[in-house]
Amino acid sequence: MVQKPDQLTNRTDNAIRSNMRKRIFLCTPLMASVLTGCVQVTAPDKPIVINLNIAIRQEILYKLSAASEKVIENNPGVF
Amino acid sequence: MRDSVEMIIAALLLGVTATSAMAFQSGRDPAYQSARESGQVGEKSDGYLGFVVPPSSSVRALVEDINIKRKAVYSKEALANGATVEEMALRTGCRLIAERMVAGEKYQTPSGQWKTRDGSAPELDPRCPR
Repeated sequence: MVQKPDQLTNRTDNAIRSNMRKRIFLCTPLMASVLTGCVQVTAPDKPIVINLNIAIRQEILYKLSAASEKVIENNPGVF
Repeated sequence: MRDSVEMIIAALLLGVTATSAMAFQSGRDPAYQSARESGQVGEKSDGYLGFVVPPSSSVRALVEDINIKRKAVYSKEALANGATVEEMALRTGCRLIAERMVAGEKYQTPSGQWKTRDGSAPELDPRCPR
């Protein structure tokens, strides 16, 4: 037997709905106490650093040819 | 006549390259030079030195010092060229592996494996300009 949702919930005595309301009513203080225990927001002790420069731009690499040569030539001790 | 002129030019160019390569190597700290030659340290594709084998404390200190100095020169040059430090470092790393390393030295492939530089073309980062 297939019943429409209305037939399950819209009963004359509204039994299911009233039951659900009671449960929600009872659970609300409990949930509130659980949630306050779980959600803790603390400020980080270090500044948040977002590095936006990780991506390598291919067209820039082509332009750095002379610069990379210069860097190597001018700093023989570190290369 | 033309052939011999070309030969002389080629010989001169070769001489200049060899001289600059020697001058280039003489600027290195002897401990760094020997760590390179013995394959303890190698060039990574990101423009910095890496450890091929677990380093001794002195080699670690040496490499970290050089990498800090490299970052400083990359930063300065990147700023002058409107590039990021990572871009400048990567571009220089490409050049170091492709052109500056000598046979026998170690470099890191894009997959992270250490290989010995030889006469064949090295495995460069795919972003290196060709």
